[in-house]
Amino acid sequence: MWRFIGYRLLQAIPVILAVITVTFFLVRAAPGGPFDSEKAVIPEVRAALEAQYRLDQPLLQQYAAYLGDLAQGELGPSFKYPGRSVNELIAAGLPVTAELGFYALLVAIIIGGVAGVIASLKPNTAQDYIPMSVAMIGICMPSFLLGPLLVLVFGIYLDWLPVSGWGDIPGDKILPAITLGSTYAAYIARLSRAGMLEVMSQDYIRTARAKGLPEWQVVTRHALRGGLIPVVAFLGPAFAGLLSGSFVVETIFQIPGLGRFYVQAAFNRDYTMILGTTVFLSTLIVLFNLLSDILAAWMNPRLRAQFREQ
Amino acid sequence: MRILILKAAVIALSSLVLLACGSGESRVAQGNREGILHYGNGTEPQGLDPHVVTGIPENHIVRALFEGLTVKNPWTLEPEPGVAQSWDISEDGRIITFHLNPEARWSNGEAMTARDYVWSWHRALNPAMGNQYAYMLYPVKNAEAFATGKLQDFADVGVKALDSQTLQVTLTEPTPYFIQLMDHYSTFAVHRATLEKFGKATDRFTQWTRVENIVGNGAFRLKEWKLNRRITIAKSDTYWDRENVKLNGVVFYPTENISSEERMFRAGQLHYTQTIPLDKIPVYRAQKNSAYVNSPYLGTYYYLLNINKPPLDDVRVRQALSMAIDREKLNRTVLHGVNVPAYSITPPDTLGYYPPKLFGHDVEQARQLLADAGFPDGQGWPGLELTYNTSESHRKIVVALQQMWKEALNIDVVLSNQEWKVYLDSVDEMNFQIARRGWIGDYVDANNFLDLFLCGGGNNNTGFCDPYYDELIMRRAPQATNREERYAIFREAETLLMQQMPIIPIYTYTSNHLIHPSVQDMPSNLMDSLNLKYVWLDENWESAQ
Repeated sequence: MWRFIGYRLLQAIPVILAVITVTFFLVRAAPGGPFDSEKAVIPEVRAALEAQYRLDQPLLQQYAAYLGDLAQGELGPSFKYPGRSVNELIAAGLPVTAELGFYALLVAIIIGGVAGVIASLKPNTAQDYIPMSVAMIGICMPSFLLGPLLVLVFGIYLDWLPVSGWGDIPGDKILPAITLGSTYAAYIARLSRAGMLEVMSQDYIRTARAKGLPEWQVVTRHALRGGLIPVVAFLGPAFAGLLSGSFVVETIFQIPGLGRFYVQAAFNRDYTMILGTTVFLSTLIVLFNLLSDILAAWMNPRLRAQFREQ
Repeated sequence: MRILILKAAVIALSSLVLLACGSGESRVAQGNREGILHYGNGTEPQGLDPHVVTGIPENHIVRALFEGLTVKNPWTLEPEPGVAQSWDISEDGRIITFHLNPEARWSNGEAMTARDYVWSWHRALNPAMGNQYAYMLYPVKNAEAFATGKLQDFADVGVKALDSQTLQVTLTEPTPYFIQLMDHYSTFAVHRATLEKFGKATDRFTQWTRVENIVGNGAFRLKEWKLNRRITIAKSDTYWDRENVKLNGVVFYPTENISSEERMFRAGQLHYTQTIPLDKIPVYRAQKNSAYVNSPYLGTYYYLLNINKPPLDDVRVRQALSMAIDREKLNRTVLHGVNVPAYSITPPDTLGYYPPKLFGHDVEQARQLLADAGFPDGQGWPGLELTYNTSESHRKIVVALQQMWKEALNIDVVLSNQEWKVYLDSVDEMNFQIARRGWIGDYVDANNFLDLFLCGGGNNNTGFCDPYYDELIMRRAPQATNREERYAIFREAETLLMQQMPIIPIYTYTSNHLIHPSVQDMPSNLMDSLNLKYVWLDENWESAQ
């Protein structure tokens, strides 16, 4: 097991290094720079600004300096927000995005898991088709549509929930969590249905039924654990996806998360911020993938046995 | 175990819902009671250092935390006393003496002095600072030379502290709008000891503007700064005119998504929105006692024509394109009648100045001009590309223009949208034929619009260059002895410009806000200039209606 983890961590290094290199040169190759604005910037001012951010040095030298800083955990000063470092901006946005991602995942697991399991119990009947059609709509409905729709209904017409904010007004975390979670709920519903269908046809389920256990106990005690393995394998990438993909929801609900910084950084050509968030998020994605692999192995007796043999 | 977690989650979620339903009073109602204004401010400010920042959201906050030598009256836009309680202008208009208010204090209680200004202007103009608005001080003698590194000794720049309360400024030319510029944040004083405590004076990255560090001199002080969430300011107890400050505080929210901002307003979370989605305007207009406020704004929406590239090198083609546009119709349909059709660059009534109107919507003449240029009924037309930055509202306009040109002149124009920074790069490199542009005035004076088109001007971007035009703007207008004479020179220059038509003006901007009826004494003005000192909230607004 430890060898597996160590091996995967070693593999991650060249991946992340490649991400840094490609991002570094791509953002600088993009037309337009961080100091371009609608009003002309006089050459003296531009030169002073570039000097303050080391942009006057040759590209390779900048790259080497960046890697040097990165090795010490320094992501550099932000171009857009002078006086703030990228580390500080990420530290400000990450807890919010992680909290949002966590609630969204909770919503996704509860709604998706229940719908998937219900659907799998009576395949190809109305009990299957209805939750699965709803799940399909969930996948197709983009959050920039679902978010405003929920806001209109629950925030404005019914006046039950705040329309925006994060931790300012009680209940303002509910709509964003549902909006962000719904897409993933739909995926989880489909995954858990497929997983459960496969497990329910296994011999040990037949054994459990033959023992005379009631059906709900067969499902909760014996089938769920195996049936949800595909879901667990999906959770790692899903959480990473929630962290890096929450931009739309954060914008709709004015949530001060990482996603908003990330996308605005690209529009602003905030070189250090683009690089910092990309490096940070790609590291997270690699780690979460690893984590979900480990979790899946732990839940699956066959894989566990394989590791033990190694 | 799993069931337990599930149960706990369901309970947690449902209790949250219940909790939310219990909260009765909206943020606006609470704000009215407590004297706290909830203000939609567009975006998260870049920062709060007056010599670093450049945007409108920054302007709103910086001008609440700091105060200039003079302040614009929000009703008239005329300068009124700020840190300076009075000022004298010499007969030749070149020497201005500001007399500081002895009661003017920094937020740490220290008295403000004329030396604060000399030091701060030195900083604002220091080339190492990279201050993008340093040019606001260029009317000061030798300021430009110092800011561009041609002059090393700041002692030669025309600003002197005669004593602790008297600041003398020497200008290169008489500059009637100079007093106005004292309300621009790049001319503000900053607290030297605070800055030096946190780094070099010219360092952009220091932490002196953080809540726990910042020292300002405005009507409000910084209370809380939650990144991308809100900035809270509270009434200052050291401000010289604190008796007349009515609000207890203001909360600024970054609201870059304008649809969300409008929903926040509707849900009672905001008193004021920075703007309003275009398609919501008819809805709000139809309401009784509408919260929608529309007023003229000192800005022009226009298209740049690259006059170096055929077929736009022919003035007749440029005129034909401009005349073929039905601006009234465009404004009525696509723009919901929100803006004002424009036929020149300077907005009408810029401190009493009205631009000339040389042409109107005239399809016949446009067709004739195009035929004279060698393209009768669009025959032989080489094609034309119009570049604009990606945005739904810009797209609607260019599509309408494309149609109008096709119908009136039978010519094809290709539309090309570009991401903002790519578009800026194209315009800067003159890599376009027609490009969308907007210009918002920095100060209320026709000069701010007309000097865009000086030969080689940084914001010219058309290739237009006429030495006589430069002569009018650079030499003759500053030497005019009175307003009439000065405006007559401007009108002559603008006539020349619009005859050559290096730009196609489309409309004069208006500012569009949703303002809660409880908000009082926040008048609309041409610069959308906010002076929070005067604003107050009427708790009994409902009975007033």
